[in-house]
Amino acid sequence: MKEELLVTARGNELIDPSLHIWTWEVAMYLFLGGLTAGVMIFAALMTVMHRDEEAPFAARRLALLAPIVLSAGMTTLFLDLEHKLFVYRFYTSFQITSPMSWGAWILIVIYPISIMQILSTFRSGYGFFAGFVDRFAIGRTILDTCERYRHEIAMAAIPFAIALGIYTGILLSAFGARPFWNSGVLGPLFLVSGMSTAAALVALIARQHSEKELFTRIDLALIVAEIALVALFLVNLSTGSGQQIEALQSVLGGPYTLVFWVLFVGVGLLVPALIEVLEITGVNRSLAVLAPVLVLIGGYALRQIMLDAGQESSWTNYDTQYNSELLERLHEESP
Amino acid sequence: MTRFAMVIDTRTCIGCGDCVVACKTENHVPEGLNRDWVVEATSGTYPDLKTEFRSERCNHCSNPTCVTLCPTGASHLWNDTNIVLVEPEKCTGCKACIAACPYDARLVMHPDGYIDKCTFCHHRVEKGLDPACVSTCPTGCMHFGSLDDPNSEVSKLLKTREHKVLNPETGNEPNVYYLI
Repeated sequence: MKEELLVTARGNELIDPSLHIWTWEVAMYLFLGGLTAGVMIFAALMTVMHRDEEAPFAARRLALLAPIVLSAGMTTLFLDLEHKLFVYRFYTSFQITSPMSWGAWILIVIYPISIMQILSTFRSGYGFFAGFVDRFAIGRTILDTCERYRHEIAMAAIPFAIALGIYTGILLSAFGARPFWNSGVLGPLFLVSGMSTAAALVALIARQHSEKELFTRIDLALIVAEIALVALFLVNLSTGSGQQIEALQSVLGGPYTLVFWVLFVGVGLLVPALIEVLEITGVNRSLAVLAPVLVLIGGYALRQIMLDAGQESSWTNYDTQYNSELLERLHEESP
Repeated sequence: MTRFAMVIDTRTCIGCGDCVVACKTENHVPEGLNRDWVVEATSGTYPDLKTEFRSERCNHCSNPTCVTLCPTGASHLWNDTNIVLVEPEKCTGCKACIAACPYDARLVMHPDGYIDKCTFCHHRVEKGLDPACVSTCPTGCMHFGSLDDPNSEVSKLLKTREHKVLNPETGNEPNVYYLI
């Protein structure tokens, strides 16, 4: 046997009995960040590939969602900070070894690119609002300029959006101290998942049949890629170090087994993939709305499960007998 | 870079927890939070059991992942030594360093919200004193000093006694040694 017991009281908040520093706020940010990346990638791709006719929503209107979704994500991320007044400190330095620092600066670049992306299709996508902008000379000039460089803006958006999507995964995988996250597959997995959720969103919102079908096909391909990456992740950890093998048990019989396999793999990947196959082959279209909703749920579930299971995985696991209620009782009894 | 190390003799440690109390008193660590703690590790099969007491804290690693993963530079090395400190004015409370520490040695300092940790009592080290935990230890099982000086107590102990560090496989190169 080997038993490691804490003999002095230790009840460090957020750390004992197991690490739980990040909750839904961070999972939501990782989800919305990935979604933003996907939104920008598809808006840009439809422009670059001249799909205005086939996919009018994605080509002309989708880009507007990027800064909105990203701002919502950054809001939840801000909610997570413990020392909120000092949030500006992200922007007083650049730490080359910290993925979080990279992410903070990527976000700064993403906003202007995303705004330019919106402006480059503002007249064709949001004619009513563009009318107000066109009343001002400067507004006209800006819209004209962005329209003229629409293709170039889209080309610039793609690499930065990919960086945004992939960094949300690298952010976690860089933590060697958390064996469950310590896999390079996490970066591509989060990127592909983010693109899949964005494709699902387009399939859900777009009105035109050709566009719905195009994005259903794209989403199906991305789900297949995501399943492959999940498989690689499992292979990676199960053939890794002792800590990684032990950490993986949390989804192979441990507390996260059910949510990982049923909610994420089943409801979030396999079921929507099946519905999409039925839809594309024309066998059954009655569930068409359900698939994208499930993909979005699965996308969030992936982040939340990864975040929770990863934090619980550790190099050190002590049994602790500390009971904070005893401390409270002491307060009540003391005069 | 001056490399400070702590050497703790698990053969003389009795697990009294005075080091923990000394730290809380010296550093005004808020109630319920701890920068150091004592672990009782039992191994073997009855009746051949072996118990080891370990006073644990931040390992002030030579390769500190909490510093490399900090997005703002708040986690830093003090005065070109291996002593890892946090600058509260730079800390956003993002908690990346807590996740980055394989020894779970960092904590959120409530209610202020910045990250707190063992400082190796650098305010005492500056004056040539030992950290509070070391100077309090009633059995004298804790030792502190520079590894760069071959004649320091810690260097001599590591030269003559069998020793280990916690989870060397992390690659963090911890600087709290345990004599076994």
